[in-house]
Amino acid sequence: MLPFLLKRISTMILTALCLTFVVFYLTNLPPNLEKLAKSEAGSRITDDEVASWLERNGYASPMILRYGEWLGVVPGWTTADADGTVVAGRCIEKGQDPATAARFCGILQGDWGVSSVFKDDVSKIIGVRLTLTGILMFWVMVTMVPVSLLIGILAGMREGSRLDRSLSTFSISTAATPEYVSGVILIAIFASSITGLKWFKGSAASAMDGITFENFFLPVLTIALYGVGQVARMTRASMAEVMTAQYIRTARLKGVSFANVVIKHALRNALIAPFTVIMLLFPWLLNGVVIVETLFSYKGFGWTLVSAAGNNDIELLLGCSVVAVFVVLITQLISDIGYVFLNPRIRIS
Amino acid sequence: MSKPDYDGPILEIENLSISFFTRLREIPAVMDFSCTVQPGEAMGLVGESGCGKSTVALAVMRDLGKNGRIVGGTIKFKGRDLTTMSEEELREIRGSEIAMIYQEPMASLNPAMKIGQQLMEVPMIHEGVSKEEAYDRALEVVTDVRLPDPERILKSYPHQLSGGQQQRIVIAMALMSKPALLILDEPTTALDVTVEAAVVDLVKDLGKKYGTSMLFISHNLGLVLEVCNRLCVMYSGEAVETGSIKDVFDKMQHPYTQALFRSIPLPGADKNARPLVAIPGNFPLPHERPNGCNFGPRCDYFQAGRCDAGDIPMFPVEGHDRHDTRCLKVAEIDWNAPLVAAKTTEKAPIGDVVLKMDDLRKYYEVSANALFGGSTKVVKANETLSFEAHEGETLAIVGESGCGKSTFAKVLMGLETATSGQILLHNHEIQSTPIQERSTETVSSVQMVFQNPFDTLNPSMTVGRQIIRALEIFGQGNSDEERHERMLELLDLVKLPRAFAERMPRQLSGGQKQRVGIARAFAGGAKIVVADEPVSALDVSVQAAVTDLLMEIQRENRTTLLFISHDLSIVRYLSDRVMVMYLGHVVELGSTDQVFAPPYHPYTEALLSAVPIADTHVEKKRIVLEGDIPSAMNPPPGCPFQTRCRWKSKVPGGLCEKEVPPFRTLAAGHQVKCHLSDEELASMEPVIKIAAE
Repeated sequence: MLPFLLKRISTMILTALCLTFVVFYLTNLPPNLEKLAKSEAGSRITDDEVASWLERNGYASPMILRYGEWLGVVPGWTTADADGTVVAGRCIEKGQDPATAARFCGILQGDWGVSSVFKDDVSKIIGVRLTLTGILMFWVMVTMVPVSLLIGILAGMREGSRLDRSLSTFSISTAATPEYVSGVILIAIFASSITGLKWFKGSAASAMDGITFENFFLPVLTIALYGVGQVARMTRASMAEVMTAQYIRTARLKGVSFANVVIKHALRNALIAPFTVIMLLFPWLLNGVVIVETLFSYKGFGWTLVSAAGNNDIELLLGCSVVAVFVVLITQLISDIGYVFLNPRIRIS
Repeated sequence: MSKPDYDGPILEIENLSISFFTRLREIPAVMDFSCTVQPGEAMGLVGESGCGKSTVALAVMRDLGKNGRIVGGTIKFKGRDLTTMSEEELREIRGSEIAMIYQEPMASLNPAMKIGQQLMEVPMIHEGVSKEEAYDRALEVVTDVRLPDPERILKSYPHQLSGGQQQRIVIAMALMSKPALLILDEPTTALDVTVEAAVVDLVKDLGKKYGTSMLFISHNLGLVLEVCNRLCVMYSGEAVETGSIKDVFDKMQHPYTQALFRSIPLPGADKNARPLVAIPGNFPLPHERPNGCNFGPRCDYFQAGRCDAGDIPMFPVEGHDRHDTRCLKVAEIDWNAPLVAAKTTEKAPIGDVVLKMDDLRKYYEVSANALFGGSTKVVKANETLSFEAHEGETLAIVGESGCGKSTFAKVLMGLETATSGQILLHNHEIQSTPIQERSTETVSSVQMVFQNPFDTLNPSMTVGRQIIRALEIFGQGNSDEERHERMLELLDLVKLPRAFAERMPRQLSGGQKQRVGIARAFAGGAKIVVADEPVSALDVSVQAAVTDLLMEIQRENRTTLLFISHDLSIVRYLSDRVMVMYLGHVVELGSTDQVFAPPYHPYTEALLSAVPIADTHVEKKRIVLEGDIPSAMNPPPGCPFQTRCRWKSKVPGGLCEKEVPPFRTLAAGHQVKCHLSDEELASMEPVIKIAAE
C-alpha cells in the first residue's frame, strides 16, 4: 500500500505543478499584466509608464522565474534604488525593514499573495469561501448520493419494468437539464410571485450567516438534481448488468428471495462503478457551484472564482486554481483507494 | 423443513415443450421432450450446442427468464408438478431439493462475497439453522469435496482459488442441503482434462454417498459414459434417442446417434485408413426446422414423402429396457451394417526439416502486484524447447492450460521474441525478429488458425474482403481482379460456396467461420500453419469436417501443421508426432504410436487416463492427479511434474525434487524427460485397453 501511495502522491504533485504552471502562464500573459498595471497605477498611463510599473513590481523578469518566485523556490524579486539599498520586493511588506524580510515567499512558504480587489490575503479569502462552499457541497452530497443510488438500484433490479421506465425517464430528464435552467425554473416555481408559492428564498445570501431549510434548499436541490440524474443512470446500468450475471442466477437458484438477491448479492458488486462516478463528481461540483452560487448570490468558492476572473485578480485566481487542482487530485486518490476496498479482486490479486 | 418421503421417480418430464418469445415470432426451443430420472440414477443429456439441453435444465429449475415459457407438458418432481408452482413454493425447492452446478465456476460465484458466506447461506435459508451450525456444515462439505485447508478456503474470495477449486466449491454449494436432484450443466467444460477427471470422479463418488439423482448435461459422450447410467440424445429441440448407456452406445437405434459416434475420433480411427465421417450439412436454426424429422435433411436413410410427412413420435425399441427412438425407419435400417469405407488416402510422405527449434526459452517479467507495483517475478513460460518439424508433417503439441503452448506459438509467429535459443525457419534465424520486421515472405509462410472463429473475423467486413485483405498483405496477385480470382479459389479450397464471399461473418455458422479462418491462413501459401485448438470451439459433428479439411489441404500443399490441442483423441487421430508439454517443459516427444503406448512419461500417462473415451469397450486405468497445476510464476524445484507425480517414490534419493531430469532418448525419435530408471519405465502398463468383443 505504501509504495502505491507514494507513487500516486508523486504523480499528483507533478500534475499539480504542470497545471498550476498553465494557469500561471495564462493569467500572466502581457495583456493581463498591462490591465493590472492600469488598474493599479491609473488607467490613463502611457505604455512606457506601464513598462516601468511592471518592472518596479517584479513583473518584468522571465515567466519561468516568476513562476518559481510564486511557488517559493526562487528568491523573491527586489528593487534597489540608485545606491544599491533594497527598497521594495516581493517579500517586503509595506513599512517593513527590507533587512528582516524573508528571501523566499511563495505558495510553499504559505504566502499566497494579496488580492488586488479585496485587498486581503488570498489564503484568508480562500479559506473563508471554501468553507462556505464546503457546507454547500456537504448538503448536496447528503441529498444526492442516497437518492441517486436508491433510484439507480430500484430501476436496475428489474430492467425494463414499469418502475425502471419511469425512474429512468426522471433521471434522464434531470441529467439533461443544466443548473442554470433548473435553477431558474426552481426559483420561478418556488420562490417567485409567479406561482405565489414562495416556499423558499430565491437568494442564499443569508445562508452565509446561518443555514435554514428555507434559504438553502433551492441551491442544494439545483446542484443535486443534475448529479442525481448522472449517478442514477450509472447505478442503473451497473445494477442491470450485475442482475444478469451468472452468480445472481446461482443465488436465485439457491432459493434466495428476490429482496436478498438484490441486497446481499447484487448491491456490493453494483456499487463499484457508481463509486468512481461519485468521486468524479467532486471536481464537477466545484465547477457547478460557479453557476449556482452566482445565481443564488451565495459568496462561496465559485462566486470568488468568478469575481477574481472578472476583475483580473491574478493572485486570487491562481490561489483558486491551486485549490481546484488539489481537490480534483485528492478525490481521485480517494476514489482509487476506495475502489480497492470495494472490489476484493483488486485488493489481493 | 422436513423433506417428505417419496419413493416414485425423482423427476418425470412428460411431453415438455418450451418456447422463447421474441417480438417477431415464437421460437420453439424444446418440443415434446420426455424423460424420467429414478432415485439414485444419473441421466445424461447429450447434444450439440443449441439443441435445447440447457433449456430443459433451466425449465426444471423454472428459470427460463422473461422470454421463455413452458407451452406444454408437465415436469413432475417427486410427484409434484413444477410447472404450476408459485414463486414461493419454487424457492423452497430450489437449492434444497434441486441444486444446480454450472458451466463456468468463476462466473457462478459472487466475486464480492467470501466462499464461506455463500455456502452458509444455503442451510440458513432453507433450514433456518444458526450461523455456527451452517459454518460447521460448510466445513464438512468443503472437506467432502476434497479441498485442502477448508478453513482457509471458507475465508477466501472466489478469485483466490483456481478453476478446479472453484468448481469444487460450486459442487459443495449444491450439496449443502443434500438435494434429491442435482443438475449439472456442462460442469467441466471450462476445466483442464486432468482437473476434469478429478471433478468427475468426485461427482460420481458424492452422488453415491448422498444417494442423489443427477441430470448430467454434456456435449461430451465420453464423459456421459463415465458418469451416467442412462442417457438421452437431443437434436434440434427434440429427444431423438433415450435408453441405458449400454444400449445407446452399443446398439444405437437412431441415425443421428450413429452419425455422432462416427464423427468422433475413437481409438482405432486413423486419418488415412479409417477417416472420420462428418455429418453433412448444418444444424437447422430453431425457426427453420424442416417438416417431420428434424435430422432428415442430413440423414443417410432419409426417405422423401415419409420422413418429412409429419411429426414423428418416440418408438420403443423391442427387447430393450426403456429404450426409445424417434425414427420411423428403426425396424428397416440394418444398424450393424459396417461403415461404408469412406475414401481412404495414402499416408503422405514426410519431407525435410523446415522448422527447427533449439533450446528456445521465453521468460516474462511480471510485477507481483498489478495495482501496487512492487518487485517483479520471472515467469518461465518456455524452458529449453528443442524439436524439429518436417515438411508435410503434423506435429501435435499437447498440454493443459499454462503449459506454455500458446507462448510457444506466439514466439514462432513473431508476436513475442525469444529470450534465448534459436528458431530456424528454412535455416534462417527468426527468434528475435518481431513480426513487424519480418519479411512478407516469412510472415505469409508461417500462419495461424485460431481457436475461436467467432472472435477472429472482423464483424464489419465481408468474408471475401477479409481474404483479399490477407492476399494484399501477403503481396499475392498483381491486380485486384487477380486477387479476387484467388480469393474465390481459396473459398473452393475450404469447400465454401463462392457466394459466401459477399456474406458477413455473422451470417456464418461456427464451422463455416473456421473455414474462412483456414482460407485466410493459407492465403499466402503458408508452409507452416500453427493451429491453436482449431476445433475445440466447434460442435462435434462439425469438428470432423474441419479436421478433415485441414488434413486434405495439408496433403495437397505439403504444409507442416503444428496442431496445438488438449484433446488427446483428436491428436491420436491426426498427428504424426506428439510433443507433450508441462509447465513450460517438453516432457515427452515421439511419434504418435510411441507416445500413446508405454513407456510413458508419468504426466502423459495421467493425461491419457483423464481423457474420456466414448466407447464401452475401452478399459481405462484411472489415475487421478492430486492438486492443481503449479503456477508458472512459482514452479516447483527439480522436475516440474514432481508435485503431482505418482511415480516419484520410485526414484531414489529425492532426485526429482533436486534436479530437472535430462531429456533421455528411449527409442529412435522417442524422448522423455524423466528420472525413472529403464526398468521402471518398462514396467508401465498401457492405460487404455480395448476389450475383446
